[in-house]
Amino acid sequence: MIASSYASSPDALRALVRPDAVHRDLYISEELYELELERLWRNTWIYMGHDSQVPKPGDFYTASIAGSPLAMLRGRDDEVRVFLNRCAHKGTRVVSAVQGNCGSALRCPYHGWTYRLDGSLRTVPQKGGYRGTEISESAHFKGLTPVPNQEIYRGFVFVRLSNEGPDFHDYFGDSLSSIDNMADRSPEGRLEIAGGVLRYYHDCNWKMFVENLNDAMHPMVAHQSSAGVAKRLWEEEGDGGEPPMVVQQFGPFVNDYDFFDNMGVKIYENGHSYTGVKFSIHSKYSAEPEYEQRMVEAYGQERAHAILGENRHNTVYFPSLTVKGAIQAIRVARPLAANRTVLESWTFRLAGAPEELLKRTMTYSRLINAPTSVVGHDDLHCYSEIQRGLHAQGNEWVSLHRNYDPAERDGIAGVYNGTSEVSMRGQFRAWLKYMLPHDEAGAS
Amino acid sequence: MSRAHPKTGELARFVYREARLIDEKRLDEWYALFAEDALYWMPLVRGQTDPHSHTSLFCEDRFLLKVRIERLKNPLSHSQQLPSFCQHVLQRPELVERDDDAWEYSMRTPFVYLETRLDEQFVLGGVAHHDLRREDGGLKIAVKRIELLNRDAALPSIQLFL
Repeated sequence: MIASSYASSPDALRALVRPDAVHRDLYISEELYELELERLWRNTWIYMGHDSQVPKPGDFYTASIAGSPLAMLRGRDDEVRVFLNRCAHKGTRVVSAVQGNCGSALRCPYHGWTYRLDGSLRTVPQKGGYRGTEISESAHFKGLTPVPNQEIYRGFVFVRLSNEGPDFHDYFGDSLSSIDNMADRSPEGRLEIAGGVLRYYHDCNWKMFVENLNDAMHPMVAHQSSAGVAKRLWEEEGDGGEPPMVVQQFGPFVNDYDFFDNMGVKIYENGHSYTGVKFSIHSKYSAEPEYEQRMVEAYGQERAHAILGENRHNTVYFPSLTVKGAIQAIRVARPLAANRTVLESWTFRLAGAPEELLKRTMTYSRLINAPTSVVGHDDLHCYSEIQRGLHAQGNEWVSLHRNYDPAERDGIAGVYNGTSEVSMRGQFRAWLKYMLPHDEAGAS
Repeated sequence: MSRAHPKTGELARFVYREARLIDEKRLDEWYALFAEDALYWMPLVRGQTDPHSHTSLFCEDRFLLKVRIERLKNPLSHSQQLPSFCQHVLQRPELVERDDDAWEYSMRTPFVYLETRLDEQFVLGGVAHHDLRREDGGLKIAVKRIELLNRDAALPSIQLFL
C-alpha cells in the first residue's frame, strides 16, 4: 500500500498511476474500491440501460450504480427518467423487481406513499398527520429524487450521479460513433433489447474485464483450448463446405499476432477506445443477402456499405460499458467489491432486419460471454489468477509498457497498432483524472 | 420388429447412468448416448419454449458437445489446470409421456448439482427433461433440456455438464 488514506491524499493517488505501469492497489485495495464508487463511478457517465427495456408508460427497469439503487421509468409523456430507487419517506426501495410495469403509479410497499410516473408525489395516507410539520417544505414531499444528470443517446441511457463533472458529449466525444454504427445497422436506425440477459459472476476486480476488451495479445493464448479445438475439430470432421456460424465465431479468436496487431486500436481521451480499426474478428462472417438488401433500400448503396464495412471489435465506454457493434451485443460491468463483479451481456434486435441477425447475436453471446462459455471460462480464470497473484509481496506494479511512447503524455488520442497496451494506459489516465477531487483534477 | 419398448425401470436406469458418466468424467461414453440430431439445452429465460427466441446457457449440438469434451481433455484448458469435479443427486426419474409409434419417451428428473474446484463449491438445482428415443443401437438422447432453478442469478463459471 502506498498510503494509509487515499481519500485525503491526491498525491498518493497520483503515485499509483505511472505512464507505463499501475500499482496493484487499484485491484486489491478495498479502500480504493470504495473511493472509486464515490468518485470515478459518480463523476463519469455510467450506462444505466436501454430505453427499449421500458417501451410503455409505467414500464420500469432497475439497476444499482456506484452503490445507489436506481429505477428507470417511462412516464405518461413517453419520457424516460432515472430516479433514486428509494421512497422519499423512509428509504424503502419503491421497486424491487428488476423490471415490470407499475400501472399508473408507483406505490411504496411499506406505508403506501404513491408517486406519479414522472416521480412526483401523488398521495400520502392520512396526510393530516403532517399538518403543522415542516415536511411539506422538505425533500420528502418532493417525490422521488431524479439522478442529477442523465442523457439518452440512440436509446442508450447514461447517468452521472455527481453534480459536477464532464458534459456527456465532452466525455465520450467521437467514441459515440460505435453506438451510432450499431444503431445504424438497423434499417430503421433503431435497436431493441432482445434475447434475455446473461449474468456472469466474476471473482475479480472490474478493471480486469474492461482492460481485457482491447487486449489483443491474449486471445491466441488464453483461447487456444476452446477456439483452437473448435477450429481443429471442424477441419477434421467438417464436410469441407462453409463452416457453420459457431465455427466462424470461435475461429478468429486463435488468429495470429499479425492479425490482431494489424487490426489496429483507436484511442479517445477519457479511457474510451476500440480495437478493429481496419478489420476485426467479425469481418468474415457469411453474407446475409436479405439483410444487406434491406440496408441498401433504407440507406442507399454507398451509405449501407459504409455502415456494414465498419467491423469494430470491442469499444470500451469507460468505465461501465463495452459495445460490439458488428454483433449487436453489449457487456455491462457492475462492480460489487474490489474482488467481485457482475458482468451482464445484453443482445439487440436490429429493428427492420431479418430475425437471423438476432440469432447470430444470441449465438455469439452464448458461445463467448455466458457463464457456460468455454471462452469465458479461460478469460475469467486469468482474471481470478491476477486477483490472487497481485497479493504476492515483492512486486507491487502491473506492467503496461507494451509499445509505450513518452509522446502519449501530451495527448493519447489516435490510432495505434492493435497489440499495444495503449488502451489500458488511456483507461488509467482517465481513472486518475476522475479519482482526484474536483479541485485537484486540473493539476494532474 | 426386433426392438421392444423399454419399461420405465430401463428408462430410469438410463437417466441415472447418464448423470453418473458425467460425474465420473467418462465423457466419451457420455457423448455416445446422444443421437445424431441431439440437442443439449439449458434455457436462459423462464418459460422459454425454444432455443431460438432467447439466448440459452447451453444450446449444444453434437459438434459443440464434442468441442467441450475435447477442450476438457486439452492440457491448454487453463481454467481446468485446477480441475473441476461435479456430483449429480437425482430424484427418481418419472416417465411423463411416451410415443410408442415414434419410439420416444420423455423423462422428468428433479436434481441437485454440485460443482467444485478445490476450496470453492457451488450448488445448482432444477429439473432435467430427457427425450429418449429407441434406436437400433439402443436408447439415445434426442433432447436433454435442463430447467435451471436460478437461471436469472449471476452465475459463476459452470465448467462441466448438468
